[in-house]
This record gives sequence, C-alpha cells and structure tokens, in this order.
Amino acid sequence: MSAREVDVLIVGAGPAGLAAGAELAGAGAGRVEILEREQEAGGVPRHCHHGGFGGRLDRTVYAWAAATGSAYAGSGTSGPAYARRSVAAALDAGAALRTGVSVTGWAGPRTVETTGPGGLERITARAVVLATGARERPRSARLIPGTRPAGVWTTGELQQAVHLYGQRIGTTAVVVGGEPVAHAAVATLRAAGVHVVAVVTDRTPLPVLPRSRHVPLLTGATVTGLTGRARLTGVELRHDDGRTTTLRCDTVVLTGDFVPDHELARRGGLRLDPGTRGPAYDAAFRTSRPGVLAAGNLLHAVERAGFAAQEGRAVAVSVLHHLAGTEDPSGEGRRLVVDAPLRWIAPNVTGPHGARPTGDRFVLRTARRLLRPTLVVSQNGRELHRERLLLPAVPGRPIALRADWLDRVDPDGASVRISAR
Amino acid sequence: MTVTLTTAGPLPSVQDAENTYDVTVVGAGVVGAAIARELARHRLRTALIDAADDIGNGTSKANTAILHTGFDAVPGSLEARLVREGQELLAAYAGETGIPVERVGALLVAWDEEQLAALPGLRAKAGRNGYHASRIIGADELRRREPHLGPGALGALEVPDESVICPWTTPLAFATQAVRAGVHLHLNCRVRDVGSDAGDHLLTTTRGPLRTRYLVNAAGLYADEIDRLLGHDVFTVTPRRGQLVVFDKLARGLVSHILLPVPGPAGKGVLVAPTVFGNVLLGPTAEDLDDRTATGSTAGGLRLLREKGRRIVPALLDEEVTAVYAGLRAATGQEDYRIQEYPARRYVAVGGIRSTGLTASMAIARHVRGLLADTGLDAGEPGPLPPLTMPNLGEAFPRPYRSAELIAGDPAYGTLVCHCEQVTLGEIRDALRATIPPHSLDGLRRRTRARGGRCQGFYCGAAVRALFEEARP
Ligand SMILES: Cc1cc2nc3c(=O)[nH]c(=O)nc-3n(C[C@H](O)[C@H](O)[C@H](O)COP(=O)(O)OP(=O)(O)OC[C@H]3O[C@@H](n4cnc5c(N)ncnc54)[C@H](O)[C@@H]3O)c2cc1C
Ligand SMILES: Cc1cc2nc3c(=O)[nH]c(=O)nc-3n(C[C@H](O)[C@H](O)[C@H](O)COP(=O)(O)OP(=O)(O)OC[C@H]3O[C@@H](n4cnc5c(N)ncnc54)[C@H](O)[C@@H]3O)c2cc1C
Repeated sequence: MSAREVDVLIVGAGPAGLAAGAELAGAGAGRVEILEREQEAGGVPRHCHHGGFGGRLDRTVYAWAAATGSAYAGSGTSGPAYARRSVAAALDAGAALRTGVSVTGWAGPRTVETTGPGGLERITARAVVLATGARERPRSARLIPGTRPAGVWTTGELQQAVHLYGQRIGTTAVVVGGEPVAHAAVATLRAAGVHVVAVVTDRTPLPVLPRSRHVPLLTGATVTGLTGRARLTGVELRHDDGRTTTLRCDTVVLTGDFVPDHELARRGGLRLDPGTRGPAYDAAFRTSRPGVLAAGNLLHAVERAGFAAQEGRAVAVSVLHHLAGTEDPSGEGRRLVVDAPLRWIAPNVTGPHGARPTGDRFVLRTARRLLRPTLVVSQNGRELHRERLLLPAVPGRPIALRADWLDRVDPDGASVRISAR
Repeated sequence: MTVTLTTAGPLPSVQDAENTYDVTVVGAGVVGAAIARELARHRLRTALIDAADDIGNGTSKANTAILHTGFDAVPGSLEARLVREGQELLAAYAGETGIPVERVGALLVAWDEEQLAALPGLRAKAGRNGYHASRIIGADELRRREPHLGPGALGALEVPDESVICPWTTPLAFATQAVRAGVHLHLNCRVRDVGSDAGDHLLTTTRGPLRTRYLVNAAGLYADEIDRLLGHDVFTVTPRRGQLVVFDKLARGLVSHILLPVPGPAGKGVLVAPTVFGNVLLGPTAEDLDDRTATGSTAGGLRLLREKGRRIVPALLDEEVTAVYAGLRAATGQEDYRIQEYPARRYVAVGGIRSTGLTASMAIARHVRGLLADTGLDAGEPGPLPPLTMPNLGEAFPRPYRSAELIAGDPAYGTLVCHCEQVTLGEIRDALRATIPPHSLDGLRRRTRARGGRCQGFYCGAAVRALFEEARP
C-alpha cells in the first residue's frame, strides 16, 4: 500500500465537493485532490436529465417553487450539463480529480484508505472535506411489507437505468412520495415510455395543488404492501379514511425520504446529529474532528444542487483558515436541538465567533404540515428569537430560519432549542 | 472437466440405457446439493434437478445462517445426531473451500427469573446432546460481553461453539463441486409426476421425461408431494414462516454473539445475530401457514420483530434496515427429520428438514448415501473430489477490494461497482462466468453481495444490471 500526503482531500465529486475543490485550488491551497468512487464525476446531477440546476432562484422564489412542487422544473440547466460545468470549473482551477477511486475507511484522524484500479493507497491530508451526498431510502428501510418482486426502484436507480444505460423499465408505474423529486421520477418514467398511474403520498392535501401534469395525485394514502412474485403486480394502499385499495402496476418508484450517506463519517468516529443523521457541524462546516469538514447533502438530506455548491464554496473559506492556522479556536459550539414536530436543523452547532450559516439562514424540516408557524429560539429558558413564517411548513421541503440571533447565544450555556408554535 | 448444466430444452434422451441416470436428486437446495456432492465421489451417472432457475432458491436462501452445535436438539433424535455431525463436517469443509464461518458463540439470554431458572436444564440437555462446553454466566459478565443489551437481562447460557456461516456460498459450493465432478444439473425442471417403467423411475418434468434407477426426494417444502407421487402418505409439510430483518453494517458493533432467547412454549423465539457479511439479523417469526409460496413479509410480523428487537438491543432499531425477507421451514408435525428409505422402490425420501438443514446438510448427505446402499445401490469405492475454492463473501476474511496483490494482477478487483458492499467488477465478472452462473440479479447478489447493501441499488443498481445483461447469452 502506498502512502501520500496532500494539502486538502475532498471525498465526493458532486456539486459540493467540486465547488469546494474549485474554490480551494483557485485560492492556492496547495495540492487539492478530489476523490470520486464513480467512473464519472458530477454526483447526482449526472443522471437528472431535467432542468432546474444552478438557476438563479432567489430564496423566496425557491421556497414558493418548492411548496408548489415545481422546484425542479423551469429555470437553470439540465443536470448533466450542470455536472459537466462543475467538473470543468474544478479542473480549470487546478484541482486534481480522480474518479473510480473509493475511500473505504480511515487509517488516522486525517488519513483515509482508498481502493482504485491502480491499487490501494493511504492518503494523509492537512484538511479533509467530506462531501459524500445523500441517497433515497429503499423499500427495505421503509419497512414496506409484502413479496420481493422485481420492478421496485428509487428515483436515483431509475434515472441511471433510463438516462445512463437505456434499460427497459416496465409498462405502468406508481410513484410514491411527496417531495419535489417525485416529479423528477414522473418525468423519467415518461421519458422511458412508462404510463404513470398515480403519485401517492401519505401527506394531507396541499391547498395549492402541485402542477398535475396529468398524473392523479393520491394524498393521505400509505403504502401497506407490494404484491407479485417474480414481477410486481400491484401496490396496496390504505387511505386516511380507512379504505384500502390496490393499484395495479409493474413498477413502483419510491422517491424522497433521503438519508445522508454517512458511513465514512461514522466510521471515522465523527459525532452525528440525531436529527439529520449527518455529521454534526457548525456554521464554518466543522465537524467534531479538527481538520475534518463537511459540505453538501451529507449534512442535510436534501437541498438543491445550487445550495450544495454554495456550501462547497463556503467550506473552502474554513479550510483555508485551518491550513493557515487562523481558525477560531473556540471550536466547542453549543448544540442546536429541535422540538417535534421539527425534525432537524442545519447547521446544528453554533459556529466560531461571528460565523453565520450559508445564506445567513438555518435550514429546517418538519415532520408534520404546519400552517404559518412561529419559530422560537431559546436557551436556558431565555427566548433569543421569534419569527413567524409567511408560508406553511411542509414535510420534505426546506424551512428557513434567520440567523441574526446567534450573537445572543451564551457560549457557556445549554443547548439552544428551536420549536415551532 | 466437462460440465453439464442445462436450463432449457429437453433433458438428455431417456430412450437408451446409456442415458439413464443411476441416481436423480430432486431439489437443489442445500440438502439436495450436498447429497449430489456426496454421490459425485462415485462413478455414477447422477442428476440434480430443480424447479427454480438457480440452486438454493427455496428455503435455503432465506434462513438465519447459524451453524448450530445442536445443543438444544431433542436428545436421541436423528436430527440431533445429524446436526452434531453436520456441524463438524461443514466447519471443516468451510475451512477447506473458503466458505465464510465465524465462531462468534451464542448467549441464551434470560430476561426473567423463570428463564434464569431454566438455564441449568438447558445446560443439562446440551450435555445429553454431547455438547459439554456450555456454561452459565451472570448478569455482570453478560453485560460486559454485550454492553448494548437492553435493561433487565439476568444471566445467560453461553454456547461458545455456535457459529455463523454464509448460507449462499454453502449450497453453491456443494453444487459447483458436484457439477465439476460430473453430476448433471438441470434447472427450470419441475417434477410433475413419477411413474415407473421396467424397474426404473420415469419422471415427468416441465422439461420432458427423465429416466433414473434410483430417486432421492429432497424437494423441501414439496417433499410430501413428491412422496405422494410415489404412493406414500406419511407426512404433510406445513410451512412455518420466519420473517427476518437485516440491519446495516454500522449496527455490527452492537452485538458480539448470537443472542438467543430461552426457548419457551412458543418455540425458539426471536434472536439477534451477526452475519458473516457484517450485518445484524433480527428474527425469525414462527407462523404456521398453508401456502407454500407465502414468502412475503407482513406488517404484523415486522411490528413484532421490532418490539422484540427493541427489548434485546434497543440501539439496533435506530439503524438502517437493508433487507426484509421471509423463509418457510418445512415442518411436518414431528420434532425430527423425516428421512426414510424404500428398498423396494429404490427411493429415499428426505423430508421435514426443518430449521437445521443448513448445519446438517453434509451429514444428511452421508446418511442418505448409506441409505441408498441399503436400497441396493452399488456405488463402488469413493474417489476424491476436485478441490474447490469459493469466492469469499465474508467480512472477516480478505476481500478483493482490500488486496493490493489481486488488484495489481487485475485492476478489475480495484474497480468498485457496488459501493455499499464493496463488490468489485472482478468479482461480478467471475460470478457471471462461474461454473454455475446466476440467472437473475438476485442470484448474482447471492454470489457477490452486489446490490445487497444499504442503498439497495440507488447507486449501483443500473450498473450491476448492465453487467448482468451483457453477460447473458
Ligand atoms: C433524483 C434527484 C433529482 C434532483 N433534482 C434536482 C434539481 O432539479 N435541482 C436541484 O437543484 N437539485 C436537485 N436534486 C438535488 C441535488 O442533486 C443534490 O442537492 C446535489 O447533488 C447534492 O450534492 P452533493 O455534492 O452534496 O452530493 P452528491 O451529488 O450526492 O455527490 C456525492 C458524491 O460523493 C461520492 N462519494 C460518496 N462516498 C464516496 C466515497 N466513499 N469515496 C469516493 N466518493 C464518494 C458519490 O459517488 C457522489 O458522486 C435532485 C436530487 C435527486 C436525488
Ligand atoms: C427462517 C428460517 C431460519 C432458519 N435458520 C437456520 C439456521 O440458522 N441454521 C440451519 O442450519 N438451518 C436453518 N434453517 C433451515 C434451513 O434453511 C433448511 O433446513 C434448509 O434450507 C432446507 O434445505 P432443503 O434443501 O431441504 O430445502 P430447499 O432449500 O427448500 O430446497 C428444496 C428444493 O426443491 C425444489 N423443488 C421443490 N419441488 C420440486 C419439484 N417438484 N421438482 C423439482 N424441484 C423441486 C425447490 O425449488 C427447492 O430449490 C432455517 C429455516 C428458516 C425458514
């Protein structure tokens, strides 16, 4: 096994890792190396053949678009074009990009082990950036009972099958999920010539209905089982009113329900946030281990690609401070914890002095739909901030919380609590 | 080495005596495959046939994968003897051929006074089964050894030799070795009827007729049906379903041993066990059914497992689930195997191989060879079998993606395709070209682990499918 040293090692060449690499190489951070386990760099956008990447959506427009389900349509370029641009930017800036190389584990606090066709390596870096992304939960993790037939997909696998490999999918499909990615699944199925019977979600109906695109939307319905032996024959549903039905189909796509690909972070002993299931991190993208930073959907599954890229650029600033030794040493931030029905907040640790999160906003998720809730931030029973949201908070969609209360946090106090009323 | 493996078309002609099989084994589960391998030592024309498109595609692919000591068997039963012998035979065979086995040991955990009081009796029973290494440990030692155990555990019976084994490599090794030694393997070949002609058995199969002098029925859940086709009415298989949940590798650190419940009136109960793949299993349920195809999971079953699991190792429930499956035990209403030879019919029925068949498979095979001799088969002297090395799927043993030497010889072993399970292009390619190649993506998974991890194909599914389809003739 050969051993090498670099200045910055970035794990994952999706939008976050590539943006971090471009920024760091451009800033003259020394040897900046990005490792990507796939044969091609670019991350998830590689297989998203729809528009909506890197468009100039401002925050309100984005929130609105997200709420109405059209976030991934319209402005911006297609995913593959976006991926190519991101790769070119990193290379142009002078980052070293190695594809087909997997980081398989750790051999020290900032030393990783890799496997690639060229052999095994141990790479030690002065700073490591984890940007390993997120995936959709598969059928097993959702504990959907029934038989185990073929024809069960996640959007990620479906998109690759259709757009990267031109594989045959089936004839009739049901799409499960209420996040914007469900629309991406519908579009991909259509592109593959599959008839979409319905989009099914357990959520309550929205006042503003998502753009239908001629697909019936079944709200308040839970998938209770799959039928079929070799091949799927149907999806069993239970509706909120207790009725049960079976939708006949030979294909089902389980969309959304994202979870960070946190294996490497956990194997490295980084502290995880119980809400996001990604590494706990502060506004400077620092994890619990000095010199190990993180960016992108690993931290919060999921935001859009532009957001991940923005974080990639922002993490670069912290990496440069770490390399220069000018990092704020008061690393021990306070934890941010949410009360139900809020699910998580990111970042989830208060940062070094003065650091504000990307876009000066925290991102949150709720487990339940809340009509224009008030978010309350408190510490030791003392209220730090209160803010009424203008839009309903919807599961699976980002909620933004202002960050200008951070300087009121007592650095020696208890965890900071965020609740929705 | 000429290999005869067919998956479609008519079977070798049955007209001429030359093409009559000496022995035909119906059912290529772990038991049938072990029997075929045993017969392969002899100069016999042997056929192994199965209705499915792969070997080991019935109960043998969906069990708890424990290599039992037999400490808790019914003393004096045939099962007790064959499990004890089978464990030794299989452990040795696994060492020779590279089937992953880990001797993690078992702890039968007592959660109340009644269960605690039952431990000495279980220890005595183990002794009657010839197993003397078990011992009772107290609550403190138990907690030291299993710190993630839920609150309230009072003590345990330790059975240090209980092991976990790869359930997929085992039947594949048997079948591969058998086929390489000249046994004919016919898949997609369901037996519909059994007649006789001039003293031979004349099988009617979905692929046409097959003539054989001796017949071994190892048809698992359907062994009673085959038996009836021969005119017997001795036992009826009642499928007893066991649902199981597999947790991701990150859960592996939560358990060190196989954590067994103290058996009660409701049967063996739910266990938590490591797997050789580095996962953690929770299960199985025990549900008596009528439907021999009911291998689905149910909401009720999953709820029950999660309840039990939360009690045993609470932190387990926070981990991601990578698979849910169910297997059917071939229960027959008798606490023993139903193995019976019929000399007048040149026939051996191997039925009721309930919940220990993986462990006992090699001993069952040896026993059946003896019974065949009793029914008049003159097998001659056994010869050596061609040596065999199986690809390693075990986490505790060297895997290609960690081997600088293998990768230097062939970069395909350094190209990861399935990232969650760290399966390389080289391994997938080897499996697709193997003596017994897979005929489905699930078959490929059982040979390589590809697509078997936490993402279940989100990252690699399409790429693996492309490799599989490319290799298909
Ligand atoms: C189906 C779908 C549709 C979407 N549509 C849109 C859209 O229209 N508009 C939009 O803005 N956003 C969209 N998104 C979200 C967007 O794709 C993500 O926000 C973005 O890709 C996140 O970037 P990332 O760099 O954090 O992670 P990823 O893009 O997931 O990249 C992570 C990379 O890390 C690599 N990696 C992981 N582990 C290792 C390791 N151990 N060693 C080496 N490499 C490793 C992975 O192979 C991967 O390439 C969509 C997401 C999905 C799933
Ligand atoms: C939940 C569960 C947990 C278990 N745990 C363990 C364990 O931890 N350790 C252990 O040792 N054992 C365990 N077992 C038991 C073990 O799995 C079985 O005893 C073993 O797999 C039985 O193998 P078999 O070859 O007899 O049956 P099978 O694997 O079912 O094989 C029978 C074969 O016959 C074929 N067949 C049937 N009918 C016909 C026909 N008409 N024509 C042609 N082919 C036919 C089928 O296709 C099938 O492949 C467990 C079982 C279950 C269900």
